Parts: sequence; structure tokens; C-alpha cells
Amino acid sequence: MSVRRLAEATVQPASFAFSAENAAWADLTIAKYPEGRQQSAVIPLLMRAQEQEGWVSKAAIETVADMLSMPYIRVLEVATFYTQYQLKPMGTKAHIQVCGTTPCMIRGAEELMNVCRSRIHHEQFHTNESGTLSWEEVECLGACVNAPMVMVFKDTYEDLTPERLEEIIDAFEAGRSVEPGPQVDRYYSAPATGFTSLLDEDAIKRNARAWRDRPAEPAAAAAVASPAAPPSEAARPKTSAEETNPAIKSPSPVKTDPAVERAESVKAPAVNEAQANKAEPSVEGDSDQRKSGPKSPEGSADMKAPELMKGEPVGADGKGPATGAGEPGIQSAGKDTAGRTADGSDETARGTNTGTQGGEAN
Amino acid sequence: MLQDKDRIFTNIYGRFDRSLRGAMDRGLWDGTDEIIAKGRDWIINEMKASGLRGRGGAGFPTGLKWSFMPKDTKGMPAYLVVNADESEPGTCKDREILRHDPHTLVEGCLIAGFAMGATAAYIYVRGEFIREREALQRAIDEAYAANLIGRGNKNGYDFEIYVHHGAGAYICGEETALLESLEGKKGQPRLKPPFPANMGLYGAPTTVNNVESIAVAPTILRRGAGWFSSIGRPNNVGTKLFMLVGHVNTPCTVEEAMGITFRELVEKHGGGVRGGWDNLLAVIPGGASCPVVKAEDIIDCPMDFDGLRERKSSFGTAAVIVMDKSTDIVKAIARLSYFFKHESCGQCTPCREGTGWMWRVMERLVRGEAQKREIDMLLDVTKQVEGHTICALGDAAAWPIQGLIRNFRPEIERRIDEFSYNAHRVEPVLVAAE
Repeated sequence: MSVRRLAEATVQPASFAFSAENAAWADLTIAKYPEGRQQSAVIPLLMRAQEQEGWVSKAAIETVADMLSMPYIRVLEVATFYTQYQLKPMGTKAHIQVCGTTPCMIRGAEELMNVCRSRIHHEQFHTNESGTLSWEEVECLGACVNAPMVMVFKDTYEDLTPERLEEIIDAFEAGRSVEPGPQVDRYYSAPATGFTSLLDEDAIKRNARAWRDRPAEPAAAAAVASPAAPPSEAARPKTSAEETNPAIKSPSPVKTDPAVERAESVKAPAVNEAQANKAEPSVEGDSDQRKSGPKSPEGSADMKAPELMKGEPVGADGKGPATGAGEPGIQSAGKDTAGRTADGSDETARGTNTGTQGGEAN
Repeated sequence: MLQDKDRIFTNIYGRFDRSLRGAMDRGLWDGTDEIIAKGRDWIINEMKASGLRGRGGAGFPTGLKWSFMPKDTKGMPAYLVVNADESEPGTCKDREILRHDPHTLVEGCLIAGFAMGATAAYIYVRGEFIREREALQRAIDEAYAANLIGRGNKNGYDFEIYVHHGAGAYICGEETALLESLEGKKGQPRLKPPFPANMGLYGAPTTVNNVESIAVAPTILRRGAGWFSSIGRPNNVGTKLFMLVGHVNTPCTVEEAMGITFRELVEKHGGGVRGGWDNLLAVIPGGASCPVVKAEDIIDCPMDFDGLRERKSSFGTAAVIVMDKSTDIVKAIARLSYFFKHESCGQCTPCREGTGWMWRVMERLVRGEAQKREIDMLLDVTKQVEGHTICALGDAAAWPIQGLIRNFRPEIERRIDEFSYNAHRVEPVLVAAE
């Protein structure tokens, strides 16, 4: 729903009256409906008032209500419910309605709206400075195979590009008329590359004559095949898909009794002392990847934090110049490299030692 | 592929003579008096046997609907109301009938009106179809002038046809809202029962039918139920106006046989998907309210009621909105949510509040500005809106979102991840999921 209100009192005209031609038309329209049902004509009459004045004013609403002997509120309701009624003055030369619903959107309606924003007003329902043009985004106008499209007053302009829309806006501003319909080389809603059906009118006429002259069929026993699908559900999509079931939550909110769960689950195998301390063969070391032993169980010297380097005291004041290694890395790269080399050789020796021990244990 | 000789709408592009004379040359108004002479029961049985299902989206068997009208109205008038308030995004078939082939509809009104014992028909054209309304009025005036309809006409059944119009409200496509609007009120749906067949327009028995359902009736009765039901699959028979919308090379409206596969439809008439079949992302197969279907599910799907129902979607009005991989699918569905929010009539709370709520959450999902648990919450809310309103607008608002979450959940989650990785916003989040 959208909230729609009448225009401010300052722009409302004092009175409204149908022109003579429109008044005659209104009488004919009211006569279309049965006696006592004149209220039905309210929508056409309001629309004619809008065509005459450009928008629906409060005076017009009250005039129509009086013509149809309706309470004002009922006509106000109608005028604010239906979105085609403009409740405030629009552009005098053109009010451009850009269809913005998905079928037009995916074919570029947003660019058309950008054109309107830059050419007319950055907001919809506002006129440009001279009051001649205005625009709005409307919902589907029902010309989806000719998307994107705009509607100006009574005509639609279809298959638009932003450039073409600019030209159309220019034309309306200059008071020139534009040929409505598809703005590309195309015959209404037929495929742009040419007709794929209904190619030959003569063939269609011949076919019609052939149907007319065909021999009368023996009266077919009209087997009333009632449709198999229950009609009320005929076209409703099945929305009961498992994956859209909101009841499925993870973890499940349903609390189950632990005893039930235990009973339903598979029993764990009995404890086997011999197996308990065995790992998978690949882990166990049948394929020993450490034949030569690790070179350095604590990782290579490059990866080691300087604080843990051998011989260095650990702590806040442990990196003083007294150790001889100096501040690693930052101030004296040369010294650091020297220190690391010394440590590295020491590491290698220790690593070999550990490796040997490992070998003995195995 | 359907041959031209089996097409019902012979002038859907308006290429040939649009006058009554031209329509008669193409076989319309041919033996209408003979059909009427066969009687109400014959017509209704023939319509039932033809297996025609309503073309407005719900797919209710047309013959069955006509048979609901009371045989004896006890002096009360009865009405046929034709629903030409075609506002479902993607749908533009009735527009072509009204402006290019209106005589099919005028003849259909007479025959359908006779079959259900109606005294007059009101054709409710949507307010934006101004030129279409004028074309229809011209056709009706021609038919009156030729004494085909009206009082004491040559077809032997007194019948009046009036054109009425709306003023831009999607909800008036719902049959009871349409009746309210026709009575000069706000278009807010009525509770059913009583059904319109018992208490409809002005309290009189009324049947509301889609334009296409009425417009195909004369040709079906002329050519026989057997001809119509031989096209298509059982339970999904006949021909149908398809609309190819969106990212196909040549969007168009075309009459085809029901059950044509999506691939054939697009190849024959749409000139292929823009950028090739590999570029197809998803399809909304029947107008805005149908759940979206992923490319791999729809390519070889037969386009009819049952075929699409199996794909967890709906045939709707056969407005096939094709989206290629350049489409921002979340944004496309969010725009539909805005549409339903805009068009909710405000009568039932779940729809009035729910459509706005769903749209606000969808807008945040477009940007990824949400929690992943909100996807489930949104799904939960769609389930709470669906089926808890007077009319089907609440359902229609819920289904596209359900379809999106069912088919494109990873895409939504990816956006949420992307947003939260880059989230260092200065201002606090003001828009909460109220």
C-alpha cells in the first residue's frame, strides 16, 4: 500500500466543472450501469476529470460525488486508493511514467529513470523548473515484451534506450508529437527479427473456409472428462518443499530423552587393551617419514623467535648489548646474521644428537 | 510447433485487417447463431470436454466455472464480467487481444453470456490500457452496428456488452476485488463464500473470466472440443498465448501449443537466450507471482500447468521472464517484493504488514547487510503470510521469495559474507527488521 494524500490547499482550485462535451459523455457513462448503481461510474468520471484538468483536485472529487449522489468520503477513498489518479499538478506538456517492475528493470528501466532524474527532476512527482515536465516510476504497465517502456498520457513508447528517451523528452518539451509504439524497427509485439507465425493472411482465410465447409462430424459423445487435478489447487505451486520447511532448524530445537537416544544409537565396541594405544598404521610409522630424523625439532633457525635463541636471556632487559648479539634485525643486520650463524651450527649439532637417540629407541 | 491453421488468434500482431469485416473473413462470427441454437447445456458440456483451463493464472476449468451459474435466476439479472485488468508483471497477452483481435472477445462474450444465462457483460479493462480500451470499444460498436449483439440481434440472444475500466490497481485482477471496483468502491477483495456465482456484481449471479478464456471459446465450439483437446498433454490441453520477456534475443507474444518445451519456445520465437544457453541463469515461468526456476530445471520442462508444478513453480499466465547471468537475481526478486508491497490493498494484516516487512528485508539481502539467520526468518514469515489472507496476493508475494531462497540461497549467503568482510560502516544500522 502506498500513502496518498490530496494536494495542499494552496494549489487546490476553488471549483471544478466538466466541459460540455465531457458532461455529455458522463451522462452516457452513468447510463451504462443499472438503475440505482450509478456509483459504478465513479472511476471513469474521475479519470475523465483528470484528463480534463491534468490532475484530480478536491473540487473535482466533490463534483463527481455530487453527480453520483455519493458521500464525499467514498469518492475520496477511491481517488486515494487507485494510483493512476494524480493528486497534485503534474507536468503540463508531459508526465512520464517509467515502468520499473522487474521485466522492465532487467532490460534497463533504471537507466531510463536516471535520464528522467537528470533531465526533469531528481525526485519523482516533481515538475521541472518551468512546470512542463514531470516523471514517476510506476508498476508494471503491461507491455513487458516491449520492455523497457514509458507511458505519456495515453500512449506508450516501447523498446526504449536512454538516448531515445532523451529525444522523446526533448520532443514533448518542444511540443512535437512522437510516434507511439515500439521505438525500434519492430511490428508491435512480434519478434524484432521477423514474424515466426501468422505469416500469410490468405492461408488463414482459406483455413477458416475449410473449417466452415468441413463435413459435419457425427455428434461426438461429449465425454465430460473431469480434470484429474483438484481445481482449487490447480495452479498453486507446491510450496511444501523439504528445503523450504521452516521447521528444519539446526541444531534441532526438539529436546529428546537421553535414554531414548542411547537406546537408538549403535553400541560402542568393547575396550581392547591391545588396540587402545595403537594409532592408524599411516600414523604409527610403518611408513616412517623421518628416516634421517628431524634436523631440528624446534624448527629451523629462521623460524625461531630471537628471544628463544640459545644463550640469550629471556625477558625485558635480556637483550642488552652485554650478550653480544645486539638488537636482532632492526639496528644492526650484520651482527644479527653473525649471531644467527653461530646459533645455527650449534642447533645442527644438537639436532643430530636427538636423531641418533630416536634411532636407538626404535 | 503449432501450425497457423490451429491458431485461434489469427491477428494477434494486428498485421491484418482489424475491422469486423476482416475478422469475419478470418472465420469469426461464423455460425454463432447455430452454436447458440444448440443450447446452454451443449455449450457447457462441450467446454468441459474441451478441457480448457482458465487462462488468467489459476487454471480453473472454464466449463465447470460456467456450470456454477444458477439455471433459474428468478427474474434477477446475471452478469458475465471479463477480467481485462491485466497487471501481473510480465503479462501482456490481453493487451494484444484487446487492441488487435478484439472481435474474438466480443463474440466470446455473447456465447459465454448465453451459456451462463447472463444478461450483460462488463469488460473491466485496466486503466492504463487506454488505446486498447478504445480499440475494444470500436469493435463493440461495430458489432452493435452489424446487429450481432444487443437487443433483438440476429444471433437470437439479447445481450449487452459494456466496457468499464480501472485506475491502476493490481489487486483489481482478483475477481471479488474487481467486482468491488466495478461497483465503484475501493478494490478490496471480498470474503468467499458467498461465491460470485451466487452473489457477485450488484448481488446478482456473476462469473468472472479472463479475456483469453472467453476469447478462445467461440473457436473451440466451432471446431469442436476434440480438436482443442488433441493439442497438448492430458489435463493441459489447447493453445496458449506465451509471452517471452526479458533476456531473450527477440522478446515477443506468440500463440503456441501447451506443453511446448521451454527450449523449443525460446529457440523458435525468442531467437535464443541472450548470450547463448550457457548464459541462462533463471526463469520466472508465469508472471511475477510464480517462484523462480533455475536454468537447469527449466530448459527441457514442458510449459504447462503440471509441468511447472512439478518444478515447484506455476504456469500462471505463461509470461516467461527469462534472466541471464548478468541479472542481479536477488535484486530482481526484491523489486517484485516492492511491487507486492505497493499493490497490497491493506485489508488483511499479514499482507499489509508482511509485504512491507519482506521487502525491507529483501532490500538488505540485496546488499548483504543481514545475518544469515534472517534468511530462515524471512522464509518463516513468507510461510506465515501465505494462506492467511482473504485473496491470493499474500501468497503471490510469498512465492517469489520462497523460490529465491530455495534456488539461490548460496548467492544470498555469499553477499552476506562479502558484506561482513568489508563492513566498517560509520553510522549505526537504523533500519531494523521491524
